Amino acid sequence: MFADDIVICGEGREQVEENLERWRFALERRGMKVSRDMTEYMCVNEREAVYNKPFVESFEETPLLVAVLTYMGYGILTLFGYLRDFLRDWNFEKCHVAKERDEQKDFVPLYQDFENFYTRNLYMRIRDNWNRPICSVPGARMDVMERVTHDYNWTFKHTGTVLFDVINMGSYNYLGFAENSGLCANAAVEAAMKYGLGVCGTRHEIGNLDKHEELEKLVARFLGVESSMVFGMGFATNSMNIPTLAGKGCLILSDELNHASLVLGARLSGSTIRVFKHNNMQSLEKLLRDAIVHGQPRTHRPWKKILILVEGIYSMEGSIVRLPEVIALKKKYKAYLYLDEAHSIGALGPGGRGVVDYFGLDPCDVDIMMGTFTKSFGAAGGYIGGNKELIDYLRTHSHSAIYATSMSPPVAQQIITSMKCIMGEDGTTLGQERLCQLSKNTTYFRRRLQEMGFIIYGNNDSPVVPLMLYMPAKIGAFGREMLKRNIGTVVVGFPATPIIESRARFCVSAAHTKEMLDTALNAISEVGDLLQLKYSRHAWPSDEETNHFSYLDSHQD
Amino acid sequence: MIQTTKMASGQQWVLVEMVQAFYEAPAYHLILEGILILWIIRLLFSKTYKLQERSDLTEKEKEELIEEWQPEPLVPAVSNDHPSLNYDVVTGPPSHKITVNGKECINFASFNFLGLLDNERVKQKALASLKKYGVGTCGPRGFYGTFDVHLELEERLAKFMKTEEAIIYSYGFATIASAIPAYSKRGDIVFVDEAACFSIQKGLQASRSFIKYFKHNDMEDLERLLKEQELEDQKNPRKARVTRRFIVVEGLYMNTSDICPLPELVKLKYKYKVRIFLEESMSFGVLGEHGRGVTEHFGVSIDDIDLISANMENAVASIGGFCCGRSFVIDHQRLSGQGYCFSASLPPMLASAAIEALNIMEEDPEIFTILREKCKHAHKALQDIPGLKVVGEAFAPALHLQLEHSTGSRESDVRTLRSIIDYCLDRQIALTQARYLDKEERFLPPPSIRVVVTVEQTEEEIEKATSCIREAALARLE
Repeated sequence: MFADDIVICGEGREQVEENLERWRFALERRGMKVSRDMTEYMCVNEREAVYNKPFVESFEETPLLVAVLTYMGYGILTLFGYLRDFLRDWNFEKCHVAKERDEQKDFVPLYQDFENFYTRNLYMRIRDNWNRPICSVPGARMDVMERVTHDYNWTFKHTGTVLFDVINMGSYNYLGFAENSGLCANAAVEAAMKYGLGVCGTRHEIGNLDKHEELEKLVARFLGVESSMVFGMGFATNSMNIPTLAGKGCLILSDELNHASLVLGARLSGSTIRVFKHNNMQSLEKLLRDAIVHGQPRTHRPWKKILILVEGIYSMEGSIVRLPEVIALKKKYKAYLYLDEAHSIGALGPGGRGVVDYFGLDPCDVDIMMGTFTKSFGAAGGYIGGNKELIDYLRTHSHSAIYATSMSPPVAQQIITSMKCIMGEDGTTLGQERLCQLSKNTTYFRRRLQEMGFIIYGNNDSPVVPLMLYMPAKIGAFGREMLKRNIGTVVVGFPATPIIESRARFCVSAAHTKEMLDTALNAISEVGDLLQLKYSRHAWPSDEETNHFSYLDSHQD
Repeated sequence: MIQTTKMASGQQWVLVEMVQAFYEAPAYHLILEGILILWIIRLLFSKTYKLQERSDLTEKEKEELIEEWQPEPLVPAVSNDHPSLNYDVVTGPPSHKITVNGKECINFASFNFLGLLDNERVKQKALASLKKYGVGTCGPRGFYGTFDVHLELEERLAKFMKTEEAIIYSYGFATIASAIPAYSKRGDIVFVDEAACFSIQKGLQASRSFIKYFKHNDMEDLERLLKEQELEDQKNPRKARVTRRFIVVEGLYMNTSDICPLPELVKLKYKYKVRIFLEESMSFGVLGEHGRGVTEHFGVSIDDIDLISANMENAVASIGGFCCGRSFVIDHQRLSGQGYCFSASLPPMLASAAIEALNIMEEDPEIFTILREKCKHAHKALQDIPGLKVVGEAFAPALHLQLEHSTGSRESDVRTLRSIIDYCLDRQIALTQARYLDKEERFLPPPSIRVVVTVEQTEEEIEKATSCIREAALARLE
């Protein structure tokens, strides 16, 4: 089906042949036909050349002046914070923070004084940009409930007014499956009618419904792996399963920007954790070499196993993992690879099968394929896919299988229906159209932002688009100005990002129409001028440079 | 001036004398000195003496090491007949009547205490929600994942429990596991009951605090530990001033089905200034006149408990969990509860289902009395089964049946219990074993059959189930 897009890579002709065979096998297992044109070889030794398509990822340097001003901004905020705290201490200023009960005043304080300094003095100023309640489907447009505050964001009151049809650039609704009507919703309704909402048991204790088994078989087929297991929460999929895979005497190599759930899982496992620079293969290779050569600290015993933790798309950077290189390294050093496709599954690749599909690799090269259903599938929960031994082991040893309630049946149904739609098994091309639309939207949105002169981070193909704001005051201003223009965006600052790299983040969706994107882009441009956010010093795009995008244009129409 | 010339002339004299002595010295003396000088020079220029050989490896040696290293397999092989590999498959809803492996049974295994899983009102409310909001939330609470129903549910839970604030999580297991590390950090001390469930254990591990286990429900043992700590504190008062302490207990223990002595715990709390975290997954919607849990059961003021956490997956028959307490405590989790901040929020239809369940619980508190009566009935009926003993309080809805005499090996105990369960399954009584991760549990409870009592079971059905278990025990426990 998509075999034309695939370029087989490898070192030397033999390896290419071997990889080709493997591919053919993998594709046929997924029910795809292999065309005869799959003979385009790329025999390469250079690391750059292991990609079958341009891998364009940019992180434009922070302009020096901006950096200085940002630091000054934080300095001023901190000074005022101390001043305000001082005034609060002496009761010159009314303190809104909830207080300890009088009966427990002589207990050891529950929070250290400085612990909430940041929350009290910085976050509180712009708190209205987060937790905005909505009262509709989180689709391409959503209804946001209006809130007002009379005490500088300490408390909010709902006015009762609803801001209708706000363009939603914040939800992770990549394929637009967050819907309250249509195939998926109808199927979910049926499942809820038949099974009820809860399960009231774990997988091992009479909570293993036929729906779960059906879902697991489908997920395995979708991913092109032998077997899979599903869990009720994406976060817990990581934090409860990594400890079953690694333990004392094992080494975990983790990307510095990995999600909190991966970090927690790694910590709970009791393994040694070393962190490599974000998506930096030299850093990873150095850690791998050193680890194997030197063994465990002090005893110098060899490591039991080495597990590499990476994500498909990094949700704050919009970058895509350099998977071909990671796989090459993993094979060379006999490490195991844990790939978290929370954001990339459904959102990348010609068949929507995530980053493995995007690079045209064999899913069998990734030992542990993890992902979530929250984003592209518009449901909830997570999965792990891999070979049968792995999944059997998880079934018997996963914390989640034994102690956590299994997935709600209508949620499972939503995943089944949306996944079948992506796979084209519903008999329509709707899923394929969504995938194309997402890729088109992504390219268009990213290119327009670049042309406008914003600094945006990440990979050209990533639907997660971070736009750099840098200064703390602009975080709040951007979020508010956009909402005024009826566009809901996500803004993030420290501690989710490095201190000076505050940003706004847009998640492009297949549900966005070109008109919606244009409206959003115009608003962004307007706000960008107002707040002077067009920091980029790159010239976009002169005529020669557009050639660089010619492959993108072919996607355009 | 005079002095310097004197000194100079003196030096001259010494020099002359030395030259003279050199001429006069015997040859062997000169040779000896010569050798000594050469020795010193050699010492000066020789390599410094080292205890160890230098460990710099050549590139080739490194390559060899890398080549030689063989990792362990990612996972050890699991034999195909592992008892947990072959789950029982449930077709249709796990409600009062349940179809296990194709057989229709009466459900004595799902934690559907109040029978709300299949409740028509709950379903209708959830469906209405589904038709309005869709299934997923596509984002965490912070990023447009807060729905009006979430706010409503939090408000309702707070009102139901008569606390200032409540916070909901999208997964029951993650609730207490996230709440504990939000407060207790490295260096803090947590006193915890040995029978605490697995999610508490994981929360404690994530907190990296100093953990002290006391014997199950043994207040003397707890007080001994608290006293020990008091002595420790007197030695180092500066450290004591910043070391937070917590007691973590369960209301009704999942693993032992008995109740914590809350009034005594509260006394200890004020005596030793320790905060109490109470996990109520089994007791919320079960104990107390209005189903508020252990606090109501004992008549303890809820303000005396610092944090109550429970899941909405048992009595409420939805998905997710919540924490409630004073705003001073709870609000902190909105930025520090990992499972709250970094996870997608609860699907709105599940929140709506929980709201409707609360409505039913508030409208008809009679339901809790009925449940208690049924529990007592079942507890009584299960007594005196030969070879099996009942573990748990008479009013606990999930009891454990343990072997009176273990065969000595856990594996064969498990097999024996499984054969009893299979016997009952054949006779349309669905039961299950309490499952644990044998190697991960801090204090592994003995194997047991879990018997869950719900309001939907009739007295006849309970009679039928107990007589069935009795028959099975007679048949299988020879």
